[in-house]
Amino acid sequence: MQPLTNKAQAVNRAPMTFWERLYLINIIKGMFITFSHMFKKQPTTRYPEEKRAFSPVFRGLHVLNRDEEGRERCTACGLCAVACPAEAITMEAAERQTGEEHLYREEKYAAKYEINMLRCIFCGLCEEACPKDAIYLSETFAPANYTRKGFIYGKPDLLIPNPVTEASDLALARGVEA
Amino acid sequence: MTILAFDWGLVIEKLILIAVVVFGSLGIALYTTFGERKVAAILQDRPGPNRAGPFGLLQPLADGIKLIMKEEIIPTAANKWLFILGPGLAMTASLMTCAVIPWGSDIELFGRKIALQIADINIGILYVFAVVSMGVYGIMIGGWASNNKFSLMSSLRAASQAISYELAMGLALIALLMTTESLSLKTIVEQQVQGSWWNIVYQPLGFLLFFIAALAECNRTPFDLPEAENELNFGYHQEYSSMKLGFYLFAEYINMIMSSAIMASMYFGGYDLPFFDESTVAPNIAAMIGVGTLLIKIVLFIFLFMWIRWTIPRFRYDQLMNLGWKTMIPLALFNLLITGALILANL
Repeated sequence: MQPLTNKAQAVNRAPMTFWERLYLINIIKGMFITFSHMFKKQPTTRYPEEKRAFSPVFRGLHVLNRDEEGRERCTACGLCAVACPAEAITMEAAERQTGEEHLYREEKYAAKYEINMLRCIFCGLCEEACPKDAIYLSETFAPANYTRKGFIYGKPDLLIPNPVTEASDLALARGVEA
Repeated sequence: MTILAFDWGLVIEKLILIAVVVFGSLGIALYTTFGERKVAAILQDRPGPNRAGPFGLLQPLADGIKLIMKEEIIPTAANKWLFILGPGLAMTASLMTCAVIPWGSDIELFGRKIALQIADINIGILYVFAVVSMGVYGIMIGGWASNNKFSLMSSLRAASQAISYELAMGLALIALLMTTESLSLKTIVEQQVQGSWWNIVYQPLGFLLFFIAALAECNRTPFDLPEAENELNFGYHQEYSSMKLGFYLFAEYINMIMSSAIMASMYFGGYDLPFFDESTVAPNIAAMIGVGTLLIKIVLFIFLFMWIRWTIPRFRYDQLMNLGWKTMIPLALFNLLITGALILANL
């Protein structure tokens, strides 16, 4: 075969010379190579103190969105659960009662909304499927947990802070996530 | 302090010295384990242990506590007495070496002249050799008592390796002893302090052979075949757990410190600080400077040991034997011959 680059070299099979057979010189050469690594920059990110920035398109932990008035956007249509290839999303719908208009944007809402973070593959199809802009993937990932149950995230874990009543919490969350 | 016609001050002085030297070596060994991991990390472009305490300095303590808290397991098929004796013997043998190492020149305290050496016996080097060859019993007994074929194989390797390399080590030393005309370590160091050159100048080949043999005797890479993680599953200490395992690992580091101290004393002037006239300062301060100098030399040797470990891979067994018998011993004999000829020619 014709070589693709001019970097190919024939293996040198000449018998070793006396100095090569001593190995000492090559060992010392090798030791200088390892020594030079003492002054190299370490690629390590010292994790808890120092975090590597995620790319803007990173797909991390889900959040359930609210509108400007702090009402939940989700209407429990189930499109995200249908779109989910890992079947990680379960929800139960409920009807909005009179007097709950300030809580839920539409007449129907998700009484229960759970994502199993151990099943989720963070593909982002739920985000694409949602017609109400209710679910988004943020730039953080699921922290460690002691039990499997701890990885089933319910509504309290997923909902973003209310922009009207908990504006400072929301700003904090945005600041951390951005 | 002379009661019953016996100078009890000497006993107290020696006991204090023994305590300081033994606990000092244990402390250094503790931090050598930390140093090993740090050096390995830095040579491989990573930060190494840095979680326990500032810069990870409490890591050895955490390791020690962990080892002590671990469950002690003695295999049912093991020979219980020998199984317990093994690590103890390994540790004792490696600590015994420090008895003849001169740590510094004499100091004067409370009107007494105290030698910073536990015992200045006139066969110092012979004693070191005797104790070092005892060290292999710890490995042999441990490996045999574990009743595990890998452990046994590893202890056989350790024994044959130690015997092969002790020979070259001894021959390399005889050439040095021909020039110093003394077996006492104190005398050898004093000769280098008084004389203009260190022994490394007279015995470069001898030192190289001694150093390679010392690597083999300490079971350090490239001669760590008895431990051979990938083929023998850690070898002779495979069945050990808790502090018994800790003793084996510790003994290896103490061996390293002791062989560094012996190399520093015999070839690199011991506690002699070059280009410094000890008579210009008070004798006690001069002695302290000497102790510091020896410690620095030891640390440099330990760094060299680690540097080699993280650079070159392990020998194959036949390569090890070839190097030992077909290269090191003839070279040592050649060195002996040259030294003898030069002494005869009065050079």
